Amino acid sequence: MPAIVQTLNLTTLKRRDFVSLSGLALGGLVLPLPAFSKNVPVEYLLDSPIDVKQKKVLADVALNTARSLGATYTDVRIGRYLNQFLTTRENKVQNTVNTESFGVGVRVIANGTWGFAATNDVTNDGVKKATERAVAIAKANSKFQKEPVKLAPEKGHGEITWKTPIQRNAFEVPVSEKVELLLSANSAAMQNGAAFANSNLFMVNEQKYFASSEGSYIDQDIHRIWPTFNVTAVDKAAGKFKTRQALSAPMGMGYEYMMPKEADKLKGPNGIILYKNSYDIIEDAKVGAQQAKEMLTAKSVEPGKYDLVLEPNHLGLTIHESVGHPLELDRVLGYEANYAGTSFATLDKWKAGNFKYGSPHVTIFADKTQPGSLGAVGYDDEGVASKRWDLIKDGVLVNYQAIRDQVHILGQNESHGCCYAQSWSDVQFQRMPNVSLAPGKDKYSIDQMIKDVEKGIYIAGRGSYSIDQQRYNFQFGGTVFYEIRNGQIAGMLNDVAYQSNTQEFWNSCTKICDESDYRLFGSFFDGKGQPSQVSAVSHGSSTARFNGINVINTGRTI
Amino acid sequence: MAIFSKEEARRILEKVISFSKADGIEANLNGSNGGNIRYARNTVSTSGEDSNVTLAVQSNFGKKSGTATINEFDDASLEKVVRRAEELAKLSPENPEFMESLPQQTYGESKTFSEATAKITPEYRAQAAANSINPASAKDVTAAGFLDDSHNFASMMNSKGLFAYNQSTSVNFTATMRTNDGTGSGWVTRDFNDVSKLDTAEASRVAIDKAIMSKEAKAIEPGKYTVILEPAASAELLGNMFFNMSARQADEGRSFLSKKGGGTKLGEKLVDERVNIYTDPFNAEVPASPWTGDGQARRKMDIINGGVVKNMFYDRYWASQKNVAPVPFPGNIIMQGGSASLEEMIKDTKKGILVTRFWYIRSVDPQTLLYTGLTRDGTFYIENGKIKHPVKNFRFNESPVIMLNNLETLGKQVRVDGDLIPYMKIRDFTFTSLSDAV
Repeated sequence: MPAIVQTLNLTTLKRRDFVSLSGLALGGLVLPLPAFSKNVPVEYLLDSPIDVKQKKVLADVALNTARSLGATYTDVRIGRYLNQFLTTRENKVQNTVNTESFGVGVRVIANGTWGFAATNDVTNDGVKKATERAVAIAKANSKFQKEPVKLAPEKGHGEITWKTPIQRNAFEVPVSEKVELLLSANSAAMQNGAAFANSNLFMVNEQKYFASSEGSYIDQDIHRIWPTFNVTAVDKAAGKFKTRQALSAPMGMGYEYMMPKEADKLKGPNGIILYKNSYDIIEDAKVGAQQAKEMLTAKSVEPGKYDLVLEPNHLGLTIHESVGHPLELDRVLGYEANYAGTSFATLDKWKAGNFKYGSPHVTIFADKTQPGSLGAVGYDDEGVASKRWDLIKDGVLVNYQAIRDQVHILGQNESHGCCYAQSWSDVQFQRMPNVSLAPGKDKYSIDQMIKDVEKGIYIAGRGSYSIDQQRYNFQFGGTVFYEIRNGQIAGMLNDVAYQSNTQEFWNSCTKICDESDYRLFGSFFDGKGQPSQVSAVSHGSSTARFNGINVINTGRTI
Repeated sequence: MAIFSKEEARRILEKVISFSKADGIEANLNGSNGGNIRYARNTVSTSGEDSNVTLAVQSNFGKKSGTATINEFDDASLEKVVRRAEELAKLSPENPEFMESLPQQTYGESKTFSEATAKITPEYRAQAAANSINPASAKDVTAAGFLDDSHNFASMMNSKGLFAYNQSTSVNFTATMRTNDGTGSGWVTRDFNDVSKLDTAEASRVAIDKAIMSKEAKAIEPGKYTVILEPAASAELLGNMFFNMSARQADEGRSFLSKKGGGTKLGEKLVDERVNIYTDPFNAEVPASPWTGDGQARRKMDIINGGVVKNMFYDRYWASQKNVAPVPFPGNIIMQGGSASLEEMIKDTKKGILVTRFWYIRSVDPQTLLYTGLTRDGTFYIENGKIKHPVKNFRFNESPVIMLNNLETLGKQVRVDGDLIPYMKIRDFTFTSLSDAV
């Protein structure tokens, strides 16, 4: 039975669709892939089908065609999206999958209305026809449009290139080398008490060419990588099993992330090892197996109020769900009401200028610029240069995430630059940038934080996550839990989940570790929209303390 | 032209097979024409159509296999995709779990296609949206919704002589209605193979009524309550349970169906004896494809009968290891209902909660199948046989296994997401906290 990679934020990707895909090519692991992806041999991935000059010629066909048909704005995205997925289990390679998707999407404004069309026929004729369709759709839809689209100004950037600053292109690393690393990780887990070990490596390369009627011709080469595993310990006599996930993060990096450097390792409590900008999958698999075994007999948590010490690879998901999503402007306005929902962080709260989202320790910023993050690009999918802006400043709600056609609703004259489409065949819309918690200004380490806690729980890594459609009430689990008693780690805990309310939770934040502890959490699969699109996003933070949070015990017998 | 007829598909697949130089080859040729319309804030936000055909070829040399796909169908392209699959197969490590293709199987008569759905037009979609938006705006309610339809074909052939072909259609509709003061929200979902069964005006009325009824909900204490779950509420929890009924996971000791001391719960009583769940691809209400993507025949089959686990799912490899017949993952789920209507179930309830749907359901503990999530879009307090007032949304922590053990009453069946699920009254359902979300 295939495992499912669940998207953050939504639940309605159909299980049946995943199952039907899995028979085809993806083996043990099933992913929501953009439409029109096709499998290709690995060598093929390294040739580029057309060069930047040809792309400009094609883009100009679209821009000129649209203008002659009366469009007042046009953008063209010529995209080549490459993926490689490696999946292994114990000492077996289950699958190596390469996919490629190449095509062009044209978006226009005609009669004050958006129109979009896409084609995989990347020729002058194909692009011309798609442009004609986009204009026709815009004109047809304009009959129902209540207000004309109002775009925030953006200057043309001319001919420009941007590339993720990678050291080693993961697609150029031989499959055998990557597979060997995964199998070594599985083997380390099995030698340390795991009964089962699954490991995977996902690599993404987006080659995107963007051109607009405002004079931008932007060529970008974007790389992402995600190693992960699950190791399971089983006690058949007791009828129990426990699984420990990897403490890696998906990153906007090349294969250098897979080459561990001591300087990137942090020692957490009880021998736990945490990773910054490089990852030691073999070491983590070994420790992971030992921890999975320990979980089989660990103490079940006593429910009640605890001070929580939340590690960045855990806190990132809490930030994502309770700050990232409620501050998406289109969602606040009701455009996502039938799917992910709306938001408690309504415009009146923001306008008041004193809405206390969190305690004064809490400053949360959005950006598309942090090196190594999944959101980092030079320009977004409507040609706006990447930037950084505050969402919550010293605890007060100060801004949202908005793109060119909605930022005027906030009385702002400049897009935040967070527009994205999952492929050339999907229309771009507002997507979450990196949303991160600023580290504490005073020097303060994890050890000091634990020492200062009387009755608490340290939580590392992501676990179960669920939040309501307006982002008030949430429940989060984690990967590993340690009890803190009188400033000391008192041992591992099981069955921990915490429940809180977004505003209460962020107002209970009393301390944040300093910059030396700052790390990124991330997800490849943030879902939004109907039809649904996925996007990749990172969330940075240092370990943070939250006082008096309600912890429940999730243990049951059936 | 994304729908190939049976003869067109056969001709292309025969050509593909003829290019093979490998030990074995299996090809799947699938295509669809789809369309959708989305609206929010009482106006259409996006609409579109898409169509695509994909050929996937899997070649194998012994236990080394490779897969390649293409969406062009001239002879040169067909040959190219076969060569690519063969190159990949040669480069791949041996997979000890590789299974050879099946010979021709016998399949039942498919019921998955409806002419009316295949003929949906953009005008139909625009009207369906208008029929949902207009009654909302007339009542101080804001509509957001999505209608998505598709006409699909699927076909496969392999070097052992197996050929299978199927056409299907589907339409899915959801609408969320919110009162303009922001204190009430209602929701509805409908899905059919045959669009002539869909009435977006009727469906939208249900959601609008719920939105108005759910205005100004009162907070009541979380705890264990008797609940009446609408079929849309329980469908996903049940789906999660079926999805975890893999025999291999259970044999490996990492499933809710694994037993203390080893072995599995196959043949043992798991839930209340009135629970009968089966799959039947030929059910007229919820038809499914008569065959799976690897060519296995789907049949009517018990999953849980009289509360006892009758079948777990064996993929072909695991079945060969265990010397049993493979049991493919079902194409639909049918849970037997009772005769009670929703009104009768409410009337028979002294104190309870009526749940329209659950939202953001996530696994908490795979050992016990514990899930968490929240109620959404219409949650009501029942007292002495009547709906008293709307209540604030709850978070739950519950296992479908415990839920089906706490069964009180089975009501009428409704189609939800391709399955038939009854209304259910369940005692001691665990709500753990309150949410302010509307």
